[in-house]
Amino acid sequence: MGEFTVHRVRFFHYMPSAVRALAFQPQRQKIAVARTDGSLEILNRADHLFQEKVIPGREQRGTEALAWAGQRLFSAGLNGELVEYDMQELREKYRLDASGGPVWTLTCNPQGTRLAVGCEDGTVKLFEVCDDGIQFERNLAKQKGRILSLSWHPSGSRLVAGMAGVIWVFDAGTGQSVHRLLVERGTGAPRSKECVVWSVVCLSDGTIVSGDSSGNVKVWDGDTGTLIRNHQVTKWDVLALSVSQDETSLVAGTSEGTVVQFQHLSVVLGREDKEWVQTRTFKNHTHDVRAVLELDTAVVSGGMDTQLVVRPLLDKIDVKTSASALRKIHFPHRRLVSCSRTARLLLFQHRIHLELWRLGESEGTGVPGSSLPIKRKPEKLLHLKTKGEEHICCSALSPCGGWVVVSTVTNLRLYRLQCDETISITKVSKLPKVVSSANQICFSSDSSYLFTASTCSSVHVLALSQSGCTFVCTLKPKSCSGQAILLLTASDDGKWLAAANADHEVQVYNLQKRKAYCTVPVYSSGVTAMSINPATNNLFMVHADQQIFEFSLEQKQYTDWSRLVHRKGLHPQWLERDTPVTNVTFSPRNPAHVILHDMYMFCIIDQTLPLPERNSQLVNQLTLRSLPEKERRAHSHAFKICKTFKELLFVELLEDQSLVVIERPLLDITAQLPPPVRQKKFAT
Amino acid sequence: MVEQTDIRVVRCGGSKICFSTFLICASGDSVKVFSTRTEECVHVLHGHANQVTGVALNPANHLQVYSCSLDGTVRLWDFIDGILIKTFTVGYKISSIYVSNKHIGVIFIILPMQKHFQLVAVRLPSALEQELEARELSAVLSDVSPVPACTAFGQGVSPSCLIFVCFRFKLKATDKKGARNAFTCVACHPKDDCIATGHQDGKIRLWRNFNQKKEYTYSTQHWHHNAVSALCFSPEGMHLLSGGVESVLVQWHCKEVNKKNFLPRLGGAIAHICVSPDGQMYSTSHTNNKITIISSFRVSAVIQGLVKGAKNKLPHLMIDPRTKALVLNGKPGHLQFYSLERDKQLYSLDIVQQEYIYQAGLDQFEVVKAALDGTASWLATVEQRGSKISSLEFSLKLWSFNEKAQSFELNTTITAPHQNMITAMCFSPAMDTTMLVTVAKDDQFKVWLLGSDLDEQTSWSCEHLGSYHGLQPTNCCFSGDGSLLAVSFAEVVTLWSPDTWELLTTLCQPPGTIEDLCFGRLSCSKYLLGTTTKNLLCWNLLTCALEWSTSMDVCVLRTDPLSENVAAFCHNSGKTDLFVFRPSEPRPLFTQKAVCVGRVQRCIFVPREDPLDSCDEWSQWLNRSRLHFLTEQMELLTFSTRAEDERILNSRKELLVDDSVAMTPFYLLLGKHRQQQQEKQTSVPSQAADRAQLPQGCVAIRELLHTPAHVLPPASFLCSVFLNSLLISNTDEKELPEQEVDSEKEEVDSEEEMEMNNGPQGVRTQGSVGEAPPSLSRAEEKELRRLRKTDFSWVTSLTSS
Repeated sequence: MGEFTVHRVRFFHYMPSAVRALAFQPQRQKIAVARTDGSLEILNRADHLFQEKVIPGREQRGTEALAWAGQRLFSAGLNGELVEYDMQELREKYRLDASGGPVWTLTCNPQGTRLAVGCEDGTVKLFEVCDDGIQFERNLAKQKGRILSLSWHPSGSRLVAGMAGVIWVFDAGTGQSVHRLLVERGTGAPRSKECVVWSVVCLSDGTIVSGDSSGNVKVWDGDTGTLIRNHQVTKWDVLALSVSQDETSLVAGTSEGTVVQFQHLSVVLGREDKEWVQTRTFKNHTHDVRAVLELDTAVVSGGMDTQLVVRPLLDKIDVKTSASALRKIHFPHRRLVSCSRTARLLLFQHRIHLELWRLGESEGTGVPGSSLPIKRKPEKLLHLKTKGEEHICCSALSPCGGWVVVSTVTNLRLYRLQCDETISITKVSKLPKVVSSANQICFSSDSSYLFTASTCSSVHVLALSQSGCTFVCTLKPKSCSGQAILLLTASDDGKWLAAANADHEVQVYNLQKRKAYCTVPVYSSGVTAMSINPATNNLFMVHADQQIFEFSLEQKQYTDWSRLVHRKGLHPQWLERDTPVTNVTFSPRNPAHVILHDMYMFCIIDQTLPLPERNSQLVNQLTLRSLPEKERRAHSHAFKICKTFKELLFVELLEDQSLVVIERPLLDITAQLPPPVRQKKFAT
Repeated sequence: MVEQTDIRVVRCGGSKICFSTFLICASGDSVKVFSTRTEECVHVLHGHANQVTGVALNPANHLQVYSCSLDGTVRLWDFIDGILIKTFTVGYKISSIYVSNKHIGVIFIILPMQKHFQLVAVRLPSALEQELEARELSAVLSDVSPVPACTAFGQGVSPSCLIFVCFRFKLKATDKKGARNAFTCVACHPKDDCIATGHQDGKIRLWRNFNQKKEYTYSTQHWHHNAVSALCFSPEGMHLLSGGVESVLVQWHCKEVNKKNFLPRLGGAIAHICVSPDGQMYSTSHTNNKITIISSFRVSAVIQGLVKGAKNKLPHLMIDPRTKALVLNGKPGHLQFYSLERDKQLYSLDIVQQEYIYQAGLDQFEVVKAALDGTASWLATVEQRGSKISSLEFSLKLWSFNEKAQSFELNTTITAPHQNMITAMCFSPAMDTTMLVTVAKDDQFKVWLLGSDLDEQTSWSCEHLGSYHGLQPTNCCFSGDGSLLAVSFAEVVTLWSPDTWELLTTLCQPPGTIEDLCFGRLSCSKYLLGTTTKNLLCWNLLTCALEWSTSMDVCVLRTDPLSENVAAFCHNSGKTDLFVFRPSEPRPLFTQKAVCVGRVQRCIFVPREDPLDSCDEWSQWLNRSRLHFLTEQMELLTFSTRAEDERILNSRKELLVDDSVAMTPFYLLLGKHRQQQQEKQTSVPSQAADRAQLPQGCVAIRELLHTPAHVLPPASFLCSVFLNSLLISNTDEKELPEQEVDSEKEEVDSEEEMEMNNGPQGVRTQGSVGEAPPSLSRAEEKELRRLRKTDFSWVTSLTSS
């Protein structure tokens, strides 16, 4: 594997925001995740929970609720607006004021035709979902106090609303209330503290399940309006409920960070009458669980501790595979860091600002494993705040270190950077009109061109010079699926540009002819990272299912090595990894060395060495070290994996063969979270 | 003649307990029936020849109970009257028993089969004979755990659906690394299909939906910090009870899972939990041989047997001469006074006076030495914590007996009486002085005397400090009259005069360190006995020379205080042999090979209340006192003679004959009298029969004297009966019919009385109740009033005859 001088960077204080709402789209197996900063993520459950799309948020606009209406995604927040998202362009389609004050909850009926919105002023508003938007239909009977939770009866005829101390059952047709269920506060709770119904679920047999702030999950008979069972789940709040499709299982997320499962079981085997019985408890969170989803074979939960946990229900799974293991998603599945190899600069993308750092320098050499004395400390050169409320969508630093580009959903800015002794930054004022915004940005290797991904999978090419920026052309794919481009990469010799979009398509453009060159055969799984080999001009792609492809651009076919990989199959341990590879680079000295990393390891693939056997050890660097020199050769294989560094956000090899490793320890993230609810622990 | 089978195990707090108004528990070779109100042992059901391993109420008749034993029999008892109804011989060692009310006439037992254990269904034959052989066995499950708590019986709702839960520990032990989730016990919900399991790591899991192959589901509850050792559902399934080493009974609410109640400080790790059929009372049995009865979640009664602590730390067993109780380590930090005759703890004396924390690995104070002086007016104890010299903490406490309070009171506490651990301690038996000698590992022995201060508060202080050539002392012993003190220093025995503290002489017999020392008693008081690891030595103190020595590995040496006899337990290739001898005679009085497996830990001669007059040469040594000993498993065993056994057997048969009628004091008084008369009338009167009458009369007198006065009829009525019972009567035959009628009436009366006493217990009267009392509140008063109304004219006829 060789030895590297490693810059172990821990000054990127990346802070994810808390998960606020989850929504599942069963036909396409998409999970929408709303975070408190207003950003939205779409995970594909069919594709190893790959984070396919990210819609950046906006300041002062928190999302409270999410709902899918068929293929369309709606959200609502405390600013009182309903938003529909454009899933192709990854931006808001339109926003509409619900005119009822802050919106606390939003749900769509199972038919996908009506949206119900719970507002601060105590009204439940029904909106009709039309082809080109939504239209206000009617108000249901107005109540005192805010509507905090809503649930449709599966037939769409009834609507259940949870408030402080009361659950209302409405007839969706007449708009009148049918039942009023009083929710008592728990025994011993202070009189002033009202029992708030945070979540309700209405089942097809009329049963209503509610979760409230006194820690109870209550099962009501919806026809008679009587309480059937009460489950005291926690001393704190029950914040979220979700029921499975077949209504045999129900999960509840609590403030303690636990997810409690209830199952609809017959108490005596073989009998018809069933009861909701509390069964398992999953404790994977340290903070409030704000949103849960029961997906029949797994429970997805997210909350204040910013992670998304997918807990499989093993009793429903027949074959245990890597897909059925417990998964925690901490980091975004895309790059937030760009690096200038020659100028030794790092650009960190935060929510509304960028940070530019110069790497430190050290002198002398040391034994492997030791830390070197630092000659010059790393230095924060720049703190660049964007204007406006919108969050940064993407950013890039040119390889020469002379340009910085940053884009929000509506605005793209290009900066000229000069950092010799003093730092000077100037905004390039006159940008061509066509490039108002970008989904993805990439510089050519000599920093003379800027590629910005735009609508309809098109890429704009801009030429950069000292004087400014000029528009060159727009590259359009031969056949347009209209999906947004997620990854862009240019070859070292400036000849090729590859663009991967959300439909797993990878388009290759010839930059000299300035037109589309070819399309890489579409693979079923999304591309998580790709790069063009500077020496051979082969496109190296890593997919969400951990498969690796190498595509020769000149020959328009997969390379022999790629074919070999697929004939032999990758090592099972490699396929079992649960975080996607987020960056691929090549070693400048030896182009046969591919460097890639995921969250828990980085790996150098030596394409000259044989592939690992199925039953051999995959992570074998330590074993190799213990072997004598002669035997090492026989035991070594192509995958050289290093797990010394954990929780990696970015790995890059610099010009001088030193490695930059950016870590973000999860403990540091946890330390910045607000304190969790106090729990009595044994012996404390 | 002492036989192998005569060794009785007195062991309590058995493996399984059952309930109704009575608490039934397996205890050693017998089943004991306790009253849940008075804590008294009502019946002891003798009959099994080996340890009883389980008891279970007969589902067909709630007044009967099955018991199973390692002797291969299942016995059915009527526990109200203490009668053995039937004996079923299975022929294998039975390790537990289960019954189901869905399967009448079938019991389920666990038997050893080759290497593993098997659960077997046994159809009980329904013949009328008392002793039956049950040969109709059908295996249900193989490879089950023999521990009774590891199998439970579910009340399957459909008759075809029979649920057994047994665990194979190997298979299920763990599927996660590092998790200690091996199963420890199991219980089935009485109504729902729900199984509760306890685990090694203290978790309780409730399993449901287990008829599906994969979709079974469970919820986990965690309170216990150590393994859950017992689980039990209440009869209606509202509560689940669990217990473990924490000695806290936890009551879980099945409907509200997070709610639980605790009953802490039960004083010992919980081994079994049992609920009465009406759910009113719970009972827990503890590993320290205690049964706690809990009603309305409060401790209502405690039945305490001999506390089998983790290890008996005291070097000797002692007998409290006042109560004739055995003194030994009880609860942690306590000394228990245990009555051997009644198999009951009399009281427990808190020595350490600190709260004991039930947690593994904590170093807490323990009583390691105790000594009583001759009249039991002084008790000396040593408590110790830590084993290394750096962390060693120990103190000597002296307790005086307070006559008023009838208990020991702390007089003096001496912290760190020596530099290092005390190895032996003894009181001087001399009457005029109270003197205590302690020897310790700091190469010294100290003599402590009770100070005669002018204050009324007298205390102990050190009188003398002795050592011998810097050798480490090992043991000390006073001669029978207190005129000599022998202290062994390594290989040397030194003899000191307690008056002047002058070294009189030294005795030495290398090689080997002296371990145990004792003086001979009575006529053999001129002998001093000592043991080394290899030899038993006997010195003659008159000649100061070795009288004799034999090569044996003596583990315990003890003298009988009432005779010259000395008992020596010798360890020989894994077993222990017993020799009883007199120091003066070369030939042992009694030997028994292989008394038990392993080393005998302690032994003691307990003086008998009434000496036996056995002339048998082999059992003569048992005439005046009884030998008890503790084995490695902390079982207290004793020797009994055949004569004694027969006597016990006879007394039981006597009871069996009387079982046709309920036993009341009144019946004993009058009914027996009638029996004798009947006997006399039916059999040919002979001189021998008349002779035999006298002790029977004595019984009547004893019954009269022992019955509480308030339940007896007026003395004027009884007087003539009483007197008459002492006479040799010759009744005419013609009086018989009248007598019969009367006594039958008495029977009815007495049965009514029984009904009152037992309250809700049962409808057992056979009708013909003349005037049923309107209320039960003043039952006894009415009883007496009716008694007064009864025609007692027959008594006068008796006296007149």
